[in-house]
Amino acid sequence: MKQTLIALVEDKPGVLNRVASLFRRRNFNIESLAVGHSETPGISRMTIVTDEEELLRRNVVRENLFRLINVIEVDDVTDQPTVVRETALIKVRANATKRAEIMNIADIYRARIVDVATESLIVEITGDADKINSMTDLLKPFGIIETARTGALAMTRGTVTPRDPASYAKYAAGNGKRSH
Amino acid sequence: MAEMKTGAQIVIECLIKEGVEVVFGYPGGANLPIYDAMTFYPKIHHVLTRHEQGATHAADGYARVTGQVGVAMATSGPGATNMVTGIATAKMDSSPIVCITGQVGTGAIGGDAFQETDVTGVTLPVTKHNYLVTDVRDLAYTIKEAFYIARTGRPGPVLIDIPKDVQNAKCEFVYPEDPIDLPGYHPAARATVAQVARALALINAAKKPVILAGHGILLSGATGQVLEMAEKGSIPITTTLLGIGGIPAGHPLNMGMMGMHGEAAANQAIQEADLLLAFGMRFDDRVTGKLATYSPNSKKIHIDIDASELNKNVRVDVAINADLQVVLEQFNGDVEAADRTAWLNAIRDWQEDSSQRDIINSNDGIFRAAQAIFDVWKFTKDNNPVVVSDVGQHQMLEAQYFKHEKPHTLITSGGLGTMGFSLPAAIGARFGAPKGQEVWVIVGDGSIQMTITELMTAVQENSNINICIINNGYLGMVRQWQQLFYDERYAETPILSPDYVKLAEAYGVQGLRVTKREDTLAALSAAKAHNGPSLIEFVVEQHDMVYPMVPAGADLHQMIRRPTA
Repeated sequence: MKQTLIALVEDKPGVLNRVASLFRRRNFNIESLAVGHSETPGISRMTIVTDEEELLRRNVVRENLFRLINVIEVDDVTDQPTVVRETALIKVRANATKRAEIMNIADIYRARIVDVATESLIVEITGDADKINSMTDLLKPFGIIETARTGALAMTRGTVTPRDPASYAKYAAGNGKRSH
Repeated sequence: MAEMKTGAQIVIECLIKEGVEVVFGYPGGANLPIYDAMTFYPKIHHVLTRHEQGATHAADGYARVTGQVGVAMATSGPGATNMVTGIATAKMDSSPIVCITGQVGTGAIGGDAFQETDVTGVTLPVTKHNYLVTDVRDLAYTIKEAFYIARTGRPGPVLIDIPKDVQNAKCEFVYPEDPIDLPGYHPAARATVAQVARALALINAAKKPVILAGHGILLSGATGQVLEMAEKGSIPITTTLLGIGGIPAGHPLNMGMMGMHGEAAANQAIQEADLLLAFGMRFDDRVTGKLATYSPNSKKIHIDIDASELNKNVRVDVAINADLQVVLEQFNGDVEAADRTAWLNAIRDWQEDSSQRDIINSNDGIFRAAQAIFDVWKFTKDNNPVVVSDVGQHQMLEAQYFKHEKPHTLITSGGLGTMGFSLPAAIGARFGAPKGQEVWVIVGDGSIQMTITELMTAVQENSNINICIINNGYLGMVRQWQQLFYDERYAETPILSPDYVKLAEAYGVQGLRVTKREDTLAALSAAKAHNGPSLIEFVVEQHDMVYPMVPAGADLHQMIRRPTA
């Protein structure tokens, strides 16, 4: 099982660079990284998938990440029940005669056609990596023109969560320390 | 309404609030406003080093002697990039320094302006944290935060890059009195009750325990607690290079330094041990040798303030992320007195074997580097001086033959192994050390030539330091490897030196030369008596080796020993 980390980080310039630089210089491999806003203003959320599998090594990665000053919280959710999702846009060669066949495959994967042109269409699919890879294999014979994939997003299942993001709201608001 | 101040004034005001008395640096176009503001604050003494690398090493030396944050300043571009080696040195050795660099104006950033470099980008991997301050209203809090981060937890270098327009901009200056509260930084880690119980059970059950004491015992102020545990449980101690001084060298339980050029008895004890107690050290490759065969039969307890060091190089049985002093206070009451006579006797036998091989005992009329260093120790020991050593053979010989009895008396670049560190670091250490405590530099002929320009800084500051150059005409440590592993092909390791006595004279430094061992005492006395910097060149045997030696990648007990006399 590949290591999946969820990190809450301060939304400040250069934080993504700090995380990426850490992985490079410590010789940890990033399989995928997705970053965006969290539910708390001023706090960004990263989902990072690494190729580490063994527990002690995973701890070293987690602690290194946590050591960055701008990283507020790191959860290793590898062994927890987690929803993991990626999204892909796949542009497939498709003339009028092939269109129905491709739409049929998309249906099976609960993917959507989001653009149709005379010689191509774009399929949008969301799911875990296996699902996306599997559909990609079926689309290959038609001719894939281009693929764009996000990194994985992860969220643990259920309402029990070890952290309380609301408690970081005061930092997001500057904690009254900064003058602006 | 609070007083309006410029960014430059705010920088200096904040330094004074942090208790800074001395700043090491170099002015330039992008930090002119800060230097101009400094002229209005006589409380802060500025030391003009001759290179920005020297400024960072000086701040580092100051920090290591005092435990306070050292401060270095430089201008943008080349000024800042010259600091990188010094910052990396401080990072590897967990030394708290704050570097303040000027930057081109915010409007010019990214446009390849004159003397522009992405300094926060360049220094990101070698700082504990860094800042680019783009709004003068953030400046005071950022400086306070920087000092806090530098000195707390595992200390380290922090850099603040300040664009010139931010230095000139004005805002109301209200010093932030509230304590720093950062969402992602919680340096006060504690051990759990279960961890302490597990560790204690291992300690009390051990027959052949060894304490590995690193720089952390000094940084945490836990030297007393470590010694208390050792004495209570009759547990022998070995230190890393940076742990030297934390445990008195003359203490019967102190086996001396471990590792590549460590004491043979200490390395043998580690390999034979049934329990390793690793305190504030990080299992560097220079102390472990080959990891696969490292201390194969021992349980291992590792205590470090930096959680990312635990299980990084060596897998341990109990990993405790905590401040060493705090956690040892929890432990010590429950460490049981134990009879470990058999273990201590075995170690004594190994030590006896080593002392017979000691090069100090050789009496063949050849003047050796080890003897020069040994004689400096004998001459200065009653003063417990600060010794700043550089990098190479002389550094290892110093670690072996200079017996440090007090904490913070050995300042050296351990982790990064930065040649050229000693002279500028000694200038910084001189500002930090009490007036009556002497500062001696032990440096090789290669290392001194890397930063010899700082001699003039020492003269300008009338810095009372004594520089002992151990001149063997080679980059000795590299030559030693060539001698052992490259069939004596001495590629670019013979190195010429200037006439150091004449050079000293040109700089206005007292210069002396010693070519025979019997002349050392007179030279050392002259250096000690001289008010201001002195330089002694010891011309020593060229081909001496540092023994024992664990070849890189070999098992820790596979040492190349000193030949028996």
